[in-house]
Amino acid sequence: MLGAGQGILMSALVGRMYYLQVIESERYMTLADENRINFRLLPPPRGPIVDRQGRAMADNQQNYRVVIIPEQAGDVERTLNLLSLIVPLSAGERRRIRREVKRKRAFVPITVRENLDWSDVARIEVNTPDLPGVLIDVGQSRHYTFGSDTAHVLGYVAAVSEKELTGDPLLELPGFRIGKAGVERVYDLALRGAGGSSQVEVNALGRVIRELDRQEGQPGAEVRLTIDLELQRFITERLGDQSSSAVVVDVHTGEVLSLVSTPSFDPNAFNTGLSQAEWESLVSNPKAPLTNKAIAGQYAPGSTFKMAVALAALEKGVVTKDTKFHCNGKLELGNSTFHCWKHGGHGTVDMQAALEQSCDVYFYEVAKRTGIERIAAMAERLGLGSPLGLDLPGEKSGLVPSNEWKQAAIGSSWQLGETLIAGIGQGYILTTPLQLAIMTARLANGGKAVTPRLTRDQVTPLGVSPFPKKEDDKIGLVPEHLKQVLAGMYRVVNAPTGTAFRYRIHNNEQTMAGKTGTVQVKRITKAEREVGITKNKDRPWKDRDHALFVGYAPFENPRFAVSVVVEHGGGGSSTAAPIARDILQEVQRLFPLNPNAQDQEA
Amino acid sequence: MFHSEGLMSHSKMTIGQKLLHLHWLFVVLLVLTACIGFAMLYSAAGGSYDPWASRQMVRFGIGLIGMIVVALTDIRLWLRYAYAFYFIMLIMLVAVEVAGFVGMGAQRWISFGIFNVQPSEFMKAALVVALARYFHGGSIEDIGRPTYLLPPILMVAAPAILILRQPDLGTTLMIGLASLAMFFAAGVRMWKFVTLGIIGVISAPVAWFTLLREYQKQRILTFINPETDTLGSGYHIIQSKIALGSGGMFGKGFMQGTQSHLNFLPEKQTDFIFTMLAEELGLVGGLTLIALYTLLLVYGLAISLSSRNHFGRLVGIGVTITFFLYIFINIAMVMGLIPVVGVPLPLVSYGGTAMLTILFGFGLLLCVHIHRDQTIGRRDSGDEM
Repeated sequence: MLGAGQGILMSALVGRMYYLQVIESERYMTLADENRINFRLLPPPRGPIVDRQGRAMADNQQNYRVVIIPEQAGDVERTLNLLSLIVPLSAGERRRIRREVKRKRAFVPITVRENLDWSDVARIEVNTPDLPGVLIDVGQSRHYTFGSDTAHVLGYVAAVSEKELTGDPLLELPGFRIGKAGVERVYDLALRGAGGSSQVEVNALGRVIRELDRQEGQPGAEVRLTIDLELQRFITERLGDQSSSAVVVDVHTGEVLSLVSTPSFDPNAFNTGLSQAEWESLVSNPKAPLTNKAIAGQYAPGSTFKMAVALAALEKGVVTKDTKFHCNGKLELGNSTFHCWKHGGHGTVDMQAALEQSCDVYFYEVAKRTGIERIAAMAERLGLGSPLGLDLPGEKSGLVPSNEWKQAAIGSSWQLGETLIAGIGQGYILTTPLQLAIMTARLANGGKAVTPRLTRDQVTPLGVSPFPKKEDDKIGLVPEHLKQVLAGMYRVVNAPTGTAFRYRIHNNEQTMAGKTGTVQVKRITKAEREVGITKNKDRPWKDRDHALFVGYAPFENPRFAVSVVVEHGGGGSSTAAPIARDILQEVQRLFPLNPNAQDQEA
Repeated sequence: MFHSEGLMSHSKMTIGQKLLHLHWLFVVLLVLTACIGFAMLYSAAGGSYDPWASRQMVRFGIGLIGMIVVALTDIRLWLRYAYAFYFIMLIMLVAVEVAGFVGMGAQRWISFGIFNVQPSEFMKAALVVALARYFHGGSIEDIGRPTYLLPPILMVAAPAILILRQPDLGTTLMIGLASLAMFFAAGVRMWKFVTLGIIGVISAPVAWFTLLREYQKQRILTFINPETDTLGSGYHIIQSKIALGSGGMFGKGFMQGTQSHLNFLPEKQTDFIFTMLAEELGLVGGLTLIALYTLLLVYGLAISLSSRNHFGRLVGIGVTITFFLYIFINIAMVMGLIPVVGVPLPLVSYGGTAMLTILFGFGLLLCVHIHRDQTIGRRDSGDEM
């Protein structure tokens, strides 16, 4: 009886074993593997960003940090005391370290200090025998070679926020950085590469026993920009700490050689994390260092818009190149008076002279005859009023007003007076410095619809490939009309009465043509006029006019177009023109024309 | 005194003759089982004799000699000193209560300077012998009287309560169950067990709230639903089941058990050694060990039943049942059939006291085998030779 009882119970054991080891075996095998195998992601190195000459703009730098492994340190406090003789540790840091030591397992390295400089690294390395459990760990961090000079183009990388998680496990790695602005953001996927993985066997405590399998990831692709680093830095320096921006494009390809917005910020600081105070000072700065004014600053184009008005008028046939108007300093329309910038007027001027001297009355007349619809259409053909599709986030569209637009946006019909104001590039119309540079390029290249771009090659998440060759569409300008406008622009700089004559380029092979623009930010009030405050320098900075200049060079064989906007800079001729002159001189110095290339481009 | 021929021949057996009569097949099976244990301990240490396998071998060697010595003694000696043996163990249990030190969260050990003794283990053997002696002296009519059953119940209850207080649920359970089996073998009627069972069911809630410690309750609760506490008590059971199940039909290979070697499996060298064996050697390995155990049990019962004296029969059954309980409770525990109670796998798990107890028990069993043809009178307490 007892024997039978034992037999039954033993059979039960055998049955149970069969159940666990044969019937349920697969399930438990999976569970056992889940227990012991950990997948570790290997972050790929982020692709470098280089300028058009291949010079590094953004790369990855070794980031040295000192870590402590409590298990090897034994007496953590004593080791930290010794370590703080080399790297002073604040009470707060020590508290954090102590907390982590308590929370984490004894073999997990705990970061004591990041971003060590080389001398600290060396001193720790030398003293390693006296610092048990202290190790120097090398990580990679993004480094922008020229910091703030390229910040608005490159953007920056920073830690992934909760909202940005896409399910890609790479993003969940501690310390992983993604592009948050600029080129870093637009080409983030290409720069990021693909993560590798390492399968490691761990024991019950999570300690790694050995590596079972390793799959190397795909390092991020190198992105080559059209930016010329030397020019970019020259312009940044030239603009100084004014709230300003400048864009240089190749008139034939639309390649952006420089895109500068000042003041700027240090993108390296964004990588390591900004203090609250640093952030506050960036955000509250009236010169908006975080805004890329070259693409997101929207300004009335002022007199730089007059080329568009002239072309529209010539095309409609309301004027010819020889049509003259008399400017006595103002134009009456109904009850309103429209002033010319020059008190007393320019006298009788034709189109070229009107451009040269930037006569407002002439363009009031012309605009009145042409009508807003034709002017708006021409502006749009020149690239204004909509985003140009530059590969940077945050490009603004600007605004080219029309009757239709005003009905929809403001709810009243278009007034003739508003056409007059639009004729001198004021009023509702808004443009970005990038649009102005492209407009100038389209004029200079004979009416080809170039669009701006920042990369030498086509960059997609799949890789980098050359752009397909394509001929830009013509925007349908009559060559004779264009010739008149360009001649006007030539006279702006090179005729003794031109508004920018003082800033002409003397080298005959590098001659500049262009157009000044001065945009009223705040009307000069009657009261101000009475007390004699008519000069910009007498007014508060915020109320001063914006200074604009668009230009290209060389006149005979255009290669580079530039736009310069200095916020509250005063006059376009006095402030913006000399900057544009310096930029065009520098770009031609950097890219000397060789005789062979000249034949091709001609 | 009247002696039969057979008895005459047995009582006059020399040491040599006794050695010839030793159940050598049983000894061989025993050694084979222990060898499986050595192999597993070698594997548990990551392919090293140190620290477990070598010491276990030494202990087994000493225990084996001790077993044969016990086997060669005159069985009437054990009959005579049964109660003395029992009382010494009882006193030691009390001593543990007073002076023992706490190991593994339980007060079970008594230290004798160079070695520690776990009296509760030896009590298993002592109780078997004492109960055998008591029932040896009773007739069928005696067994029918409830008052006759009172002394042995007290004999069981005294150590059981002391051991439960240590607290050691596993050993208490084993002592209780082994004693029940002996009562049954002695001829106590089935209905009495049923009555006892009913009383047990009724008193269970009382025990729950008064006798059981918090951790014991916890173990029972986590047994019922281990997934609720994956990192605490339930962790043991879950990890053990994973290890077993992932072993499959042929196992992961000797020394290749991931669960065991990466320390997911707790106490792999002691209570959970069967799991490790099943993980590394699979169903085939596990069944081999179970088959060996079954053979030992079958021979054990056969030896008991072949004994012509009541004392020997009861001692044999007591030892065999105890051995069976070790095996069953341990294996059922690691497979998640019963709660985790600290019972080692006999002859295989690392540990000295349990090994010595079992080999001592087998010594008695072999002694019963050698003296199987000796009859001992019911009133014969073994005092006269």
